[in-house]
Amino acid sequence: MTRNAIKGLLLATSILGTAGLAQAQDVTLTIESWRNDDLSIWQEKIIPAFEAKNPGIKVVFSPTAPTEYNAALNAKLDAGSAGDLITCRPFDASLELFNKGHLASLNDLPGMENFSDVAKSAWTTDDGATSFCVPMASVIHGFIYNKDAFDQLGIAVPATEAEFFAALDKIKADGNFIPLAMGTKDLWEAATMGYQNIGPTYWKGEEGRKALIKGEQKLTDEGWVEPYRVLAKWKDYLGDGFEAQTYPDSQNLFTLGRAAIYPAGSWEIGLFNTQAQFKMGAFPPPVKNAGDTCYISDHNDIGVGLNAKSANSEAAKKLLTFIASPEFADIYANSLPGFFSLNSTAVKMADPLAQEFVSWREKCQPSIRSTYQILSRGTPNLENETWTESANVINGTDTPEVAGEKLQKGLDSWYKPAK
Amino acid sequence: MSKARHSLTRTGLVHLALIGYAVISIFPVFLTLINSMKDRNAIFRNPMQVPTFETFDLVGYTTVLGQGDFATYFQNSFIVTVVSIALVLLFGAMAAFALSEYRFRGNMLMGLYLAIGIMIPIRLGTVAILQGMVATGLVNTLTALVLVYTAQGIPLAVFILSEFMRTVSDDLKNAGRIDGLSEYSIFFRLVLPLVRPAMATVAVFTMIPIWNDLWFPLILAPSEATKTVTLGSQIFIGQFVTNWNAVLAALSLAILPVLVLYFIFSRQLIRGITSGAVK
Amino acid sequence: MTDIPSSHDATGLIKRPKRWHIGVFLLPAFIVYSAVMILPLIETLRLSLFNTVDGQSTFVGLGNFKVLFGDERWSEDFWNALKNNVIFFIIHMLVQNPIGVALAAMLSIQKLRFAAFYRTAIFLPTLLSFVIVGFIWKLILSPIWGVSPYLMDLVGLKSFFSPWLGKPNSALIAVSLISVWQYVGIPMMLIYAALLNIPEEVIEAAECDGVTGWSQFWKIKLPLILPAIGIISILTFVGNFNAFDLVYTVQGALAGPDGATDILGTLLYRTFFGFQLQLGDRSMGATIATVMFLIILAGVSLYLFVIQRRIRRYQF
Repeated sequence: MTRNAIKGLLLATSILGTAGLAQAQDVTLTIESWRNDDLSIWQEKIIPAFEAKNPGIKVVFSPTAPTEYNAALNAKLDAGSAGDLITCRPFDASLELFNKGHLASLNDLPGMENFSDVAKSAWTTDDGATSFCVPMASVIHGFIYNKDAFDQLGIAVPATEAEFFAALDKIKADGNFIPLAMGTKDLWEAATMGYQNIGPTYWKGEEGRKALIKGEQKLTDEGWVEPYRVLAKWKDYLGDGFEAQTYPDSQNLFTLGRAAIYPAGSWEIGLFNTQAQFKMGAFPPPVKNAGDTCYISDHNDIGVGLNAKSANSEAAKKLLTFIASPEFADIYANSLPGFFSLNSTAVKMADPLAQEFVSWREKCQPSIRSTYQILSRGTPNLENETWTESANVINGTDTPEVAGEKLQKGLDSWYKPAK
Repeated sequence: MSKARHSLTRTGLVHLALIGYAVISIFPVFLTLINSMKDRNAIFRNPMQVPTFETFDLVGYTTVLGQGDFATYFQNSFIVTVVSIALVLLFGAMAAFALSEYRFRGNMLMGLYLAIGIMIPIRLGTVAILQGMVATGLVNTLTALVLVYTAQGIPLAVFILSEFMRTVSDDLKNAGRIDGLSEYSIFFRLVLPLVRPAMATVAVFTMIPIWNDLWFPLILAPSEATKTVTLGSQIFIGQFVTNWNAVLAALSLAILPVLVLYFIFSRQLIRGITSGAVK
Repeated sequence: MTDIPSSHDATGLIKRPKRWHIGVFLLPAFIVYSAVMILPLIETLRLSLFNTVDGQSTFVGLGNFKVLFGDERWSEDFWNALKNNVIFFIIHMLVQNPIGVALAAMLSIQKLRFAAFYRTAIFLPTLLSFVIVGFIWKLILSPIWGVSPYLMDLVGLKSFFSPWLGKPNSALIAVSLISVWQYVGIPMMLIYAALLNIPEEVIEAAECDGVTGWSQFWKIKLPLILPAIGIISILTFVGNFNAFDLVYTVQGALAGPDGATDILGTLLYRTFFGFQLQLGDRSMGATIATVMFLIILAGVSLYLFVIQRRIRRYQF
C-alpha cells in the first residue's frame, strides 16, 4: 500500500511540476527583485500598464527577501536559472555581475537617453563606456519627525547641530516621547540611517568621498571621525534597550507615536503614510554652523538589467524600454513616494513629504553613500565593516577614533588607490 | 514518613517540573497565537493579554489569505515532505539493512561513505546541485526538492536505522531463511516491522528540517506554483515586516500544519517506541 | 554487545556466489545520495584548492588555507567564529542535554498522568521553523515590546533585564539558549526511547535489591542509556558545528553585535555567498567549508573510535 501511495505521490509531483511549463504560448518574463514591498504595485499598476501595450508578453515580478537576494541571485545566475530581468544593486555588486557576463550591455537600448550620466553612474563600467542597468530610483536620507509632538513641545525644526541636540534634550526632558527612534541591533540601521545620513555634512559630500577613493583622505581624518563622534552622542537619546532594537521596532516606535524623530531614508514615506496617525514633517541633516552648505545623501539605489542568458531578450528589452520611459517614472515615483525617479523628465509628485525630501536637492550638495563605489570591492568589505563599527560606536564598544582606525586598517589591507 | 506519601510528593514535584517546562515551551507559540487575533495597538500596548471583545481583530488573517495562495503553499510543502520522508525511510532502511546484515567487502567503507553526509551541510553544494537541476530541467518542480531532501535525509536514516537493525534477533532471520524466505521478504516482512520505532524517530527528524527549509525552495523552486509554506511566509514577513497583525497571522498559519503532521506521526512514534519496549 | 554478533558468520558460511540483493538494497540510497549530495559537495571542496588568478581559475594547492590561517584579517574572523562555535556547543552540552535527560527520566516514570501532553508540548518548539523561532524570540526579548521586562517584573527581577541580544557579552549566550529551547525535544525523545527500552527484568531486579528512585536512576538506568547519550552528544556536536539558520534569523548574516555571535556557519555563508556589498568568494568559502568538515570529522572519529568503544566496554 505504501508503495502505491509513493507512486501516486511521485506522479502527482511530476504533474504539478510540469504544470508551470504547460502554458508557454506567450512569452513570460520574470523579474528578479529584492523589493518584496513593491509586489502589489507591480501587480496592480506597472505590469498591467505594460501588458496592455504589449500583447503576448506576460510579466511576473518575483521578489526574494532583501537579505537573501544577492546570495540566491548569484547562485541562480551561475546555474542559468535566473529570471530575464535582474534588479540591480548599485555600484560594485552589479558591476561584478556585468564583468562575469551575467548582465548584458544596455548602451543601445532605446530609452537610455532619458538618463543623465550621473543617474547612470551607479551602473556603468569604471571607464564609463558601458551601462548595464536602467536606473530606476534614488533615495535621500534625512530625518522624519512627528509634527504633532514638535508643536506640542514648541520645538522648531532644527537646522544646525546645536539646535538638533537642543531639540533632543527638550524632548527627553519632557519624557513623553523617545527622542530618536533608532536601534543598533540590525547594524545597518546605525550605518545607513546614522553614519551615511549625517556623514556627508562632515566629509563634505562628493569632495570627501572622491578624496577617500584617491587616497588623499583617510578614514582616520577628522571629516570621517567627527560624524562618529556626533553619532556617539545619539546614544543618550535612543530608547531603552536600543542595543536590541530592530529596524521594524524603530519603524513601529515612530509610527505608533512613541518617538519624536526618526533618522530616515526617503523610502519610508509610503509605509509611514499608511501607518502613522499624526502629521509628519522632514528636515535634512543639520549643518554644523548656521549658513554652512548642507550636504545630503542622494543615493542611486535601484536599477534593472537584462540577464545576458535570457531566452526572451527581445521581449525583455521592450520591458526595459518601458521602464526607462517617463510614463513608468510617473507611476513608480507616485506609487512609491520616497523612491525618486532618475529620469531626466521631471516627475510631478503628489506626496508632500516626498516633495520636501526632493526639494533639498536644490539647496544642498548631493552625494552618494561613501562606501558603495570602488571601496567595497575587497575583503574585508568596507560597507559591512561600517555597519559593525557604526553600531559599535553607538553602543560604546569602540570609540570614534578606534572605529576610524579599524576601518582604515581593513581598507588598507587590500585597497591601493590609483596614483 | 510512609512510603506512599513520599512517592506522592515526588510525583507532585515531577508534575510541577514538567508543567513548568511545558509552559516555557508553549508560551512563545501561545503569545503568537493570541496576538495574531488582536488589533495593532493592542499588540503593542498589551502583548500579554488574550484578545478581548474590543481588541479582537482578524485583519491579519484577512491580509494573509488575500495575499498569497497559502492553500497551494501548504499542498506543496505537504507533498514534498511526505514523499521525501517515504523515500528516505525506504532507501535508508534498505541500505541500513544491507550494512548491518551482510558481511561483504567494502561494508565498512560504504558505511563511512554514507555517514559523511551527516557532517557537511548539503547547502555547500548548492551551485552544483542547481546546475544539475537546470541541466535536467527540474528547476521549479517539486521533484527537485524531493531529490535534495531525500539525499540529505539518507545519511542520518542509515546511521540510526543500522544501529537499531543490529539489535534485531538473528535467530528470527535465520528461521525465516530456513523457511525459504528470500532476503527481500526477510527485510520487508520480518525486519521492517520490528524497527518501526526507529523508523518513526527517523521520520520525525527528517520531517523537521524538510518542512522548515527555506534555502532550497528559494533556490530550486521559487515559482508561484511550487512555493512552500516556509518560503511563502518568509517572503510575507519581508513584505509586511512592520504589519505585525499580518506577520503573526502568517506565522500562526505556518505553525498549524506542522502540528497536524506531528500528531499524525507522533501516534506512530509513541506506539513504535512503546512496542519496542515491550519486545 | 560486541561489534558484530557472531551469528552473522552463519551468512558467511552459506556460500552464495553472487549476492545480488546486497546491491539492490544499497543501490537506490547510493545513487540518490551520490548524485545529489556527494558529487556537488566534491565539486565545492575541489574549489578550495583553486583560486582566481588574473581572471583564470588556477590550482593553488593549499594556498587558500595559508591565507585563511596566515592572513590576519581572515584568521581573526575564523578563530573568533570557532571560539564562538565552541561556546555554542558547550552551552548545548551543559544545558540542553542534561535538561533533555532529566525530562525524559521524569516522563518515563510509570503511570505518569498527562505524559503525552507534556511530551507533545516540550517537543513542539523543535517542529517550528527558524523563521518563526527567530521572529518570536526577537519579539519576546525586545525591550520595546516589553514581554520579558513585564514577566521579570512579576517575579521582581526587572532590574536584571537588559537587551541581551544586543550586547556583545550576552548575545551569544542568549542565542544559544534559544537554540536549546528549540532543540531540547530531540535528546528528550531519544533518551525517552532508550529508557523505555530498558528490560523490565533489570528494573525489577534492582527493586528487589532495594535500589529505587534516584539511586536507581543513577546506578542502573544511566549506565544503560549511555550509548543513547553518546549518540545525542555526537548529533549535538555535528548539529552545532553546522548551525547557521538560527543565528542568521535572529542576528543577521553579520552575526552582530561586533561579531559576537558569528559561528562557522555564518562565516561560511557570508564568505561563500556574499552579503550585501560583499561579493561571494567561492574559493575561500570552500576553504572554510573544508576546514569545518575536517573539524567535524575529527570530532566524529574521536567519538567513534575512542568514546563509543569505552562506553561499550564499560557496559559489559
